[in-house]
Amino acid sequence: MITALANPHRFMVFSRIAAPLLGALAAALILGGLALGAAAPPDYQQGETVRIMFVHVPAAWVAMMSYACLGGASFFALVFRHPLADAAAKAAAPLGAAFTLLALATGSLWGRPMWGTWWVWDARLTSVLVLFLLFLGYIALRASIDDEAKAGRAGAILALIGLINLPVVKFSVDWWNTLHQGESIFRAGGPTLAPVYLLPLALAGAGYTAAFLALWLVRTRAEVWRRRAESLALKAALA
Amino acid sequence: MSLLTDFAGKYAAFIWPAYGLTAAVFAAMVAEALSRARHWRRRVEALEAERTS
Repeated sequence: MITALANPHRFMVFSRIAAPLLGALAAALILGGLALGAAAPPDYQQGETVRIMFVHVPAAWVAMMSYACLGGASFFALVFRHPLADAAAKAAAPLGAAFTLLALATGSLWGRPMWGTWWVWDARLTSVLVLFLLFLGYIALRASIDDEAKAGRAGAILALIGLINLPVVKFSVDWWNTLHQGESIFRAGGPTLAPVYLLPLALAGAGYTAAFLALWLVRTRAEVWRRRAESLALKAALA
Repeated sequence: MSLLTDFAGKYAAFIWPAYGLTAAVFAAMVAEALSRARHWRRRVEALEAERTS
């Protein structure tokens, strides 16, 4: 699949069809998940604030997934010098930053009524803030270097180094005592979340994932066109 | 009205901003991605038309 899509022409044909389909799927899954979440009863401890979970948790999942995509694309760009992988890495970073910002902001809005504070420097929150700063650092580093190839290499190295933060985010609630609650979905022994919340959360999570993939395809297409436009403009100037 | 109060209850000041912010960020991401793609596709089409003319 990846090998087939490494061909820019095949990627453009595939993404032209896949992006709108994924976008429609994302809209249906997110709206369905949020509608089910709105119909779910208030939690016995958290009351109605449990509804913030349906927008906060998927944002946090996709924030981590988007960094994994950035890291994977950066690896292919750095090792195989593939321009499409570099374009995909560049396209993923702003989306990852947006999803991480959403996770931080909605988490803060959930934390204030439940913990009595907007922010605490515990391991989970701090490692997610580091994730956000890694996305911003990647974007800033690329923007600061004029040479496209050098910018791509420098960004890829930063993205690969930053991958070390992903297990820290994931296991922070196990490795340290945190105010943030422990893992309740992807854990040994199965989820501890009640099915009435699990189904809407799963739908919203799948919808956020589809939305990220759709937007990633669209932004990568835009990056391919941008590079083609610059190449054509250069040829026209030299002619 | 009851749907709105049942949805958020006494925590409306936290729940609605969380949903509103999510909607705003999604709208911004979609608008930015589509306008960026449209802009560069048109630029490529214009340059290709110039080259062939």
